[in-house]
Amino acid sequence: MVTPLEPRFAAGDRVRILDLGKPGHVRTPAYVRGRTGTIERFCGLFENPEERGYGREGRDRIPLYRVHLQQRDLWSGYSGRADDTLEIEIYEHWLAPEETA
Amino acid sequence: MNEAHDHSHAHDHAPSDEDLALTYEEAKFIALKRLLIEKGLITADAIRARMEIDARGTPHQGARMVAKAWSDPNYKARMLGDAKAAAVELGIPVTEAALVALENTPRLHNMIVCTLCSCYPRSLLGEPPAWYVSKAYRSRAVREPRKVLEEFGLDVPDATEVRVHDSNADLRYIVLPMRPEGSGGLSEQQLADLVTRDCLVGVALPRPPAA
Repeated sequence: MVTPLEPRFAAGDRVRILDLGKPGHVRTPAYVRGRTGTIERFCGLFENPEERGYGREGRDRIPLYRVHLQQRDLWSGYSGRADDTLEIEIYEHWLAPEETA
Repeated sequence: MNEAHDHSHAHDHAPSDEDLALTYEEAKFIALKRLLIEKGLITADAIRARMEIDARGTPHQGARMVAKAWSDPNYKARMLGDAKAAAVELGIPVTEAALVALENTPRLHNMIVCTLCSCYPRSLLGEPPAWYVSKAYRSRAVREPRKVLEEFGLDVPDATEVRVHDSNADLRYIVLPMRPEGSGGLSEQQLADLVTRDCLVGVALPRPPAA
């Protein structure tokens, strides 16, 4: 995998969280996979937990973002206020631009 | 298997000097720890030192940050910009990679959960409470946060958005609650006493001082 040096997304970009279907130490919970949201911020570069979780260290660091989602896009029949929200950290390879995903 | 006392007979064997029978998970933990040490992947001292760092954390450290933010707008701005640096400024060593402060306002209430395990700013606040680690909180906080808050005794008005933060990866979070009404004349120390652990996770609000 070629690690991009520059983050691909910026705050405000619309994204889809991918369902890579990978086993192992992945940090993208099932309930957000396939959902769309907005980049809240670029958090910096971090070691890939899918490698670090198995002791494979010393690899390139990858971009991490916080993604802002609407609860109504996550759960059908969400019981709270219609515009309640959720924010979650997602590594770049789990994200695609909304329109091309 | 716990075979300690599900039998009845005269006690002709020596009493055990273990504190408690180990659960399956505890036995697995000890076996894994020994194996890692034996293979030279980690040292017993490194494990001890890590536990020492976690034990240094206490909710009072987070409360000090909140009280200072309430008293000093410049500090508040720095805390919202980089909460880890703001902690270090008060002499609180934070070992987590990054710390983010989430500001409550009349229009926004923040709450924190880690749905995948139990990520928590341990070096700042100490070990998380048992409910934070429970599967019930981890699954329900994202799905029905208002109901969970209600069960904690916190009714968030409809005019206020509830924002759940899933602390699922590298960042760690604390909530900066609103300063309660009637706390005008209090010192920073007295203000800090109003801020409990649950306020910092976003499942409670600081109470005004008793009249």
